[in-house]
Amino acid sequence: MNLIACVKQVPDTEAQIKVKADGSGIEEAGIKWVMNPYDEFGVEEALRLKEKAGGTVTVVSVGPARAMETIRTALAMGAEKGVHITDLDNADAFATASALAAAIKEIPFDLVFCGQRAIDDDSAQVGSILAELLGVPQVTIVTKLEVADNKIKAVKPIEGAQLLIEASMPCVVTAQKGLNEPRYASLPGIMKAKKKPVDVKKAADYGISADFKANVAKMMPPPSRPPGKIIQGDDPAVKAAELVKLLREEAKVI
Amino acid sequence: MNFHLTEEQRMIRDTAAKFTEDVIVPRAEEMERTGEYPYDIMERMAGLGMMGIPFSPEDGGSGGDWVGMHLCIEEISRGDASLGGLLDVTTCVVAQELQVFGTEAQKRKWLVPMAGGTEIGAFGLTEPGAGSDAGATRTTAVPDGDSWVINGTKQFITNIGFRNASLVIVTAVTGGGTGEKAIDTFIVPKGTPGFRLGKKYDKMAWQHSATHECIFEDCRIPGDHFLGKERKGLSQHLAVLQTGRISVAAMSVGLARACFEASLRYARERVQFGRPIYQFQAVSFKIADMAMNIELARNMYLKAAWLKDNGLPHVLEAAYAKLFASEMCERAASDAFQIHGGYGFMNEYPVSRYFKGCKILQIVEGTSEVQRIVISRNL
Ligand SMILES: Cc1cc2nc3c(=O)[nH]c(=O)nc-3n(C[C@H](O)[C@H](O)[C@H](O)COP(=O)(O)OP(=O)(O)OC[C@H]3O[C@@H](n4cnc5c(N)ncnc54)[C@H](O)[C@@H]3O)c2cc1C
Repeated sequence: MNLIACVKQVPDTEAQIKVKADGSGIEEAGIKWVMNPYDEFGVEEALRLKEKAGGTVTVVSVGPARAMETIRTALAMGAEKGVHITDLDNADAFATASALAAAIKEIPFDLVFCGQRAIDDDSAQVGSILAELLGVPQVTIVTKLEVADNKIKAVKPIEGAQLLIEASMPCVVTAQKGLNEPRYASLPGIMKAKKKPVDVKKAADYGISADFKANVAKMMPPPSRPPGKIIQGDDPAVKAAELVKLLREEAKVI
Repeated sequence: MNFHLTEEQRMIRDTAAKFTEDVIVPRAEEMERTGEYPYDIMERMAGLGMMGIPFSPEDGGSGGDWVGMHLCIEEISRGDASLGGLLDVTTCVVAQELQVFGTEAQKRKWLVPMAGGTEIGAFGLTEPGAGSDAGATRTTAVPDGDSWVINGTKQFITNIGFRNASLVIVTAVTGGGTGEKAIDTFIVPKGTPGFRLGKKYDKMAWQHSATHECIFEDCRIPGDHFLGKERKGLSQHLAVLQTGRISVAAMSVGLARACFEASLRYARERVQFGRPIYQFQAVSFKIADMAMNIELARNMYLKAAWLKDNGLPHVLEAAYAKLFASEMCERAASDAFQIHGGYGFMNEYPVSRYFKGCKILQIVEGTSEVQRIVISRNL
């Protein structure tokens, strides 16, 4: 089976994010970069399918030079090769998906994995646009996957229920937490990763321009939270009454 | 001059950091409290190749280097210093001794599974009468036909109590083949008749590290269990102990980081006199010192490991690293306790565990005094 896993490098979930003074983006100094956690589920699922049914796993990433580390991490986890498209800084979902689609079209593919969204811009669009551009079915937010007879059976949770969706292959699946428990890159895997091939490409190689349909006009930090209030006193009844009063008159939530 | 880690070294560090945060940190308090050996964690560390980082794949290793090994020890020790000790003794001391001094057959038989982490190694140097003065060893090995017969007692032996410990490398007095007194090293597999474990020590901390007495009574081992060159046993061991010192330095940095992180978090949250105590210089300066000392100690152990990777002498650097790091770690643990006030004394706060666990780092692999002896003799 030819398996593709799309990966994005994002700031670590623990990172302290600071918006640049001019609102053009975030301060990158001191940020630790990691593989988008939802993409890790995709890489893991691709590796498990390969281990069960044979085949190769190719990781594809759109991102600046540092994103190579994320590709290497996927290679260290066990993927065979990578494609890195380097010059689409601040690309919108459409441009990113276009670059991914162009790269993936050059590789035979049976199943393409994306994370259901990236934890940095939270757009949750790339997987779906990618499926459209590839002209294949998509199943999004998948928590369980089976592959047999050139078909997938995928479980997708919705409000109060689960859907069992069948789709023909090739197709795109976007991974949700719960799909699996991603492995750590093993240390022998890390040592071997450097010798695995990564194709470094420019968007122009695929005829894609940096003329984006959507641009982030300005980034602003979230409004700072007002400090909490502690109700002093010894008598619980008095304190409770004071709390109700504040919730009604000041916070206006009841 | 280049202070950058390689991509592989960074990835090793990041993998170890993630593993520590996900797997070790949530279990650290329970392991210390129950004293149960964390076999499941050890198995996962082995599965990731942590015990074999610096060895080649032919020797069962991961194909990395000593810098990567020690970055891994630092990260693991941030979660639990005694698991750093597991790596120190197994990989840096015992497996390395097999790798450097073992015959091809000995390496195939014992190094490969140890580098793969399925088997754990132990080293038996210390005796009741021979601690810092390792040359005072009284355990004897007497040749008898094609075998050796060992008699004596070793104490404070790390790792040997784990069920997957395969062997202990023992130093013993021999005639050195010439009838003169000499110290040689022998591989004694667990389960050899005449070799039994004495008591498991009741320790101040590190309850889940398997430290035992080893007793040898007419313990007969085949001649091919002799390790390395005749009359060179002690110097062979002291050679790999240099790496053990780098490892204890990395363990100290890991533990000091845990102290630093807990202190910074607590000092920013704890309010007294109407403000977070971090705003009092008496508190924030302690944390500033921790941050500085951690960075200095890390630079020193990385330099020592780098010298080793490049085949350059590093006796002084390993001693500097071990001495400085273990002493700054004690200071960090004590200050972390102080910053936590009365809560620092409560077992529910991790700093009480850090405080109990830091002192041993100034004892193992040569006490602080022994490091100063090594340094002053090499000036
Ligand atoms: C938890 C734990 C695990 C251990 N694991 C192992 C192991 O796996 N294998 C192993 O072989 N050993 C092991 N040891 C033993 C350890 O290496 C020794 O405890 C250490 O070398 C010190 O020896 P000692 O305890 O006999 O102290 P001593 O040598 O008796 O020292 C007592 C004090 O005197 C000082 N001193 C001694 N000589 C001098 C001198 N010439 N000048 C100045 N001061 C001096 C020492 O620095 C120390 O402060 C372990 C010990 C512990 C506690």
